[in-house]
Amino acid sequence: MSVNSNTLGENKLKKRSSLTDSNLLLIITIAVFFTMYACAVVFLKQGFLKPQMFFNILNENASLLVLSCGMTLVMITGGIDISVGQVTSLVCMSCAVYLQKVNDGVISGNVFTSMCIALAIGLAFGIVQGFLVAYLEFQPFIVTLAGLFFAKGMTTIVSSDRIAVTYEPFVKLCRTEVTIPFLGSVNKKGIYIPAYVEIGVIIALAVVVLLFCFLKWTKLGRNFYAVGGNNQSANMLGINVKLTKFLAHVLCGLCAGIGGYLFFLHACSGSPLHAQGAEMNAIASSIIGGTLLSGGVGNIVGTLFGVLSLSTIKNIVTSLGLDEAWWTNITVGAMLCVFLIIQSVILYVRTTLRKTKSKRTN
Amino acid sequence: MTSSKTSAKGFLLKVVRNPLFFPLMALLLLVAVNFFADPTFFKISLEPSSTGNLILSGNLISIIDNASELVILAIGMTLVTSASGGQDISVGATIAIAGSVILRFVKVLPDNVSGGRFTFVLIMSFLVCVVASALCGAFNGALVAFFKIQPMVATLILFTAGRSIAAWINNNDNISINDARFGFFGNFIPGIPVPTPVFITAICLIVIALVLKFTNLRLYAQSVGINASSSRLNGINPKFIKLLSFIILGVCVAVCGFIKVSRTSSITYSVIANNIEMDAILAVALGGNNLGGGKFNLTASVIGAYVIQFLTTTLFKFKVSSSEISAYKAVVVILLIIISSPFVRKWFADMGNKIRAKKQANVGKEVN
Repeated sequence: MSVNSNTLGENKLKKRSSLTDSNLLLIITIAVFFTMYACAVVFLKQGFLKPQMFFNILNENASLLVLSCGMTLVMITGGIDISVGQVTSLVCMSCAVYLQKVNDGVISGNVFTSMCIALAIGLAFGIVQGFLVAYLEFQPFIVTLAGLFFAKGMTTIVSSDRIAVTYEPFVKLCRTEVTIPFLGSVNKKGIYIPAYVEIGVIIALAVVVLLFCFLKWTKLGRNFYAVGGNNQSANMLGINVKLTKFLAHVLCGLCAGIGGYLFFLHACSGSPLHAQGAEMNAIASSIIGGTLLSGGVGNIVGTLFGVLSLSTIKNIVTSLGLDEAWWTNITVGAMLCVFLIIQSVILYVRTTLRKTKSKRTN
Repeated sequence: MTSSKTSAKGFLLKVVRNPLFFPLMALLLLVAVNFFADPTFFKISLEPSSTGNLILSGNLISIIDNASELVILAIGMTLVTSASGGQDISVGATIAIAGSVILRFVKVLPDNVSGGRFTFVLIMSFLVCVVASALCGAFNGALVAFFKIQPMVATLILFTAGRSIAAWINNNDNISINDARFGFFGNFIPGIPVPTPVFITAICLIVIALVLKFTNLRLYAQSVGINASSSRLNGINPKFIKLLSFIILGVCVAVCGFIKVSRTSSITYSVIANNIEMDAILAVALGGNNLGGGKFNLTASVIGAYVIQFLTTTLFKFKVSSSEISAYKAVVVILLIIISSPFVRKWFADMGNKIRAKKQANVGKEVN
């Protein structure tokens, strides 16, 4: 009897150890997302069955998706960047002011230069913060907190009013919808409405694919995991730890620039109130997607599902009729809490299992 | 001759290495800037207020008055930083919760209630508010101590949800208390020219000084912050100490919330104590405390808090709008952190050594 239970236990151990931390967390996230969406389809029925509902979630969260991917990169190396939300806001405001000036004929320029401005702002934040974190060895949290407040102040210095962009080529770009074949729906009058996504979604998905390949198959990408997993052993392996951390922050800044521009494309305006709390949503999405805060574990696919789960639960909460503003925040907080606890419990169980296993082999 | 020189140098080094050196220097710098920009900055006068009683007014008084919340928060934040090696970023949101809880109880009082009943309700509501924010602190502390989540991320939960919970407690109503007695604690008590928050701050400082003097809290918090597992082997319970530090911060937050709502007799859930978490962390950092935990110096943090408020008031004086202020503050802060960081200090020390070595080499050459 005892032998039997022993072998059973060992079997379990074998199965578990074939799953890495990253994969286990990823599976949990994907399972949670699909259960949640299925529940929404079964119990709510208010359009959750329509593909357009899903595409709307993507449309609204394209910028969050890019921000979260950048956040995931930094979190894999063991850092954190909480300035991304306000950088988004700053990017929107600067581009809006710039395009309005172009529209009024004060300066010459076009949509492309506004994109360059967005990327430059993001890169500047990434480089300065990355330098302070990696080479001067400050706590990433403090540095990026200062970055957050700097961006917040700069946004109001650039302009304190809400600016709606009327520059023709840009508005055209904002309104462009990419139709998706075969997934439209028929409305009450029997007219076929095709499903669509905005341009931002395609850019965001491209970023996701790029970063996924980067983390999976490039040397630098693997270095990110090594540095996050164990600083010192990465150093001994001959990895330039400081440079790797610096590059992670630069990439995150770049993602903040791209994400900011996507937000700008979606909102078509600049305002100091844009992207409030986006950094919290980005961190929450990364954590829900299975990125460990201690570094070394994380997955871009997980982050994608993290963003989807977060936005789905927000949609579910509003369709449940709890549409007072505070319910969304409370739900996000609760969800973050649950996933943090799950992470911590899983890590605890796995370390104790590993200990017992090593004892047995001894 | 040489001995007196070295002792003078040793004294200078001692002064520079004192944790109080940097915050005091920053304070002096701010005082100098203000003095040269506007000599009337430090004028204090006794003027009748709108209600007719004599009060002290002037920039210095307003700095000391407005810094009250920050100083009280800095006490708790220093302890949390020391024990857990991280900071609590949910304090602003928890202040909103604390204020909301107090108003929920005080708002039911009729306008002309008798003094005794008013005091009773006020004390009871304050106690409930202390319990509520201590619970919030305990929630953060439990996540940090038992689930081993980084403090900043654990407190991110309440940071996101806190203001929403505060709005939920009062059903998002705009409450304003008409009873003038409620405003005493954030403004002035008739007949006393000094703002009340100053007294509350003094009481908090005395209490924490006594606690640190007569209990082992300082030793335990520092040892847990320096090495949790070795302090566990020495018979200290690191989980309990971490939890305790967060609960103490929760109590500090309750006092701050009380002062905050008493100042205006009302609450705006999304704005109250906005960005105060940044200021509180800065006060701790400015006090030269290691943000990674371990040894701490409470006096330096308190001075740091006053420096931050001084900076804010100075910026307001230079006609910087309240929403733009954060950009300037962030720059100042980054500079301060860079200057006070051990890395840069070490770099300076190395440079000094190099110069000295060069000088000595030169002297050697001349002798030869």
